[in-house]
Amino acid sequence: MTTSKHLLTSVEVARFVANGFHRMDAIVPPDLNAEAIGIMEAGLGPVPYGTPVGEAYEPGSFTRRLLEIPAVAGALQSLLGSDPTVDHHAIHIREPHEGGAQPLHGDAIIDTRIDAFDVQLMYYPQEVTGTMGGTLSVPGSHLRRTNESDTGRYQNLRGQTRLTCPPGTVVLLHHGIWHGGRRNDSDIRRYMYKIRFNPTAPQVRTWDVSDLDDPQVAAELNVYHPWCEHATARLEIYNRVKMWRALTNNPSFDVEYWATRVANRPGRT
Amino acid sequence: MKQEVLVLYLNTSALDADVLAWAYYDGTGRTNPTTGDSDLPPYDTGVEALRDGWRLFQASQLIPPYPGHEYDTSFLKHEFWFEKIG
Repeated sequence: MTTSKHLLTSVEVARFVANGFHRMDAIVPPDLNAEAIGIMEAGLGPVPYGTPVGEAYEPGSFTRRLLEIPAVAGALQSLLGSDPTVDHHAIHIREPHEGGAQPLHGDAIIDTRIDAFDVQLMYYPQEVTGTMGGTLSVPGSHLRRTNESDTGRYQNLRGQTRLTCPPGTVVLLHHGIWHGGRRNDSDIRRYMYKIRFNPTAPQVRTWDVSDLDDPQVAAELNVYHPWCEHATARLEIYNRVKMWRALTNNPSFDVEYWATRVANRPGRT
Repeated sequence: MKQEVLVLYLNTSALDADVLAWAYYDGTGRTNPTTGDSDLPPYDTGVEALRDGWRLFQASQLIPPYPGHEYDTSFLKHEFWFEKIG
């Protein structure tokens, strides 16, 4: 993957840890967006699991050029580190007036990793309006331990994101986030291209860490999401602290003393 | 006699707590609710649903965390099922 100076800041990565996504509106140029629809209509062949990005996508290919957009390359480098592999990719098309929405789900199977994570890139080449059924996602749901569509009972949650976006928008998702394609109530076909990436090296300080001590880092990790019970939200922060400790290799980091207090056992091993 | 079912997820185990999430299933066939179709809940609290004629028929139990998993988070905790017969 192309190296880039467009790395995320610590504040931006902390926001990813708290929300489970990083969104870049209209980051893909119009010429690539125009080309994308044809590419997605024609389809893309499968990529074997675990293929290095450089082998999966030939230089000059559509996907390679997408991933070489500096802001995209920089964000992927910041979250995954160097040399990620492609887990799989897929084109998702929602037909006009398609009957139903996907149930709310997490991809793959229950995945309890706190010190490593996969990233799913979702690329929208066209404008997505409210009636086109843009992806539903639930900010901050990515650390919940649920399996695939067992969350299908939940139709709507306060603070959910019903994606609307300009053409060329890319969203990078933590593997665990609850999401689903919404019902397309418009007359327009909706296209989305998804690539799942796996890290191949420890995801430790892989971003621009020059602002690591910025108080805004803790503020980002301390967010309470509107759908989350107040009591459970404190546990969410505790789990984000554990994740941040792993990502920064700093075992004493804390927010509001949540993790420190419950580990304090003087004189005990 | 057809059943409408409303599921409300509340902020605490109290029925008068705020609604955080919701689902609605319409056995009458008059509407076709689905995932991600609304950003605003039908009621602000569980009690508000009672006052509008919904009958509560199930509530989540309060179950202690499994030992060793006290800090894990999973499903929404405070789930209340209501019905109307129309």
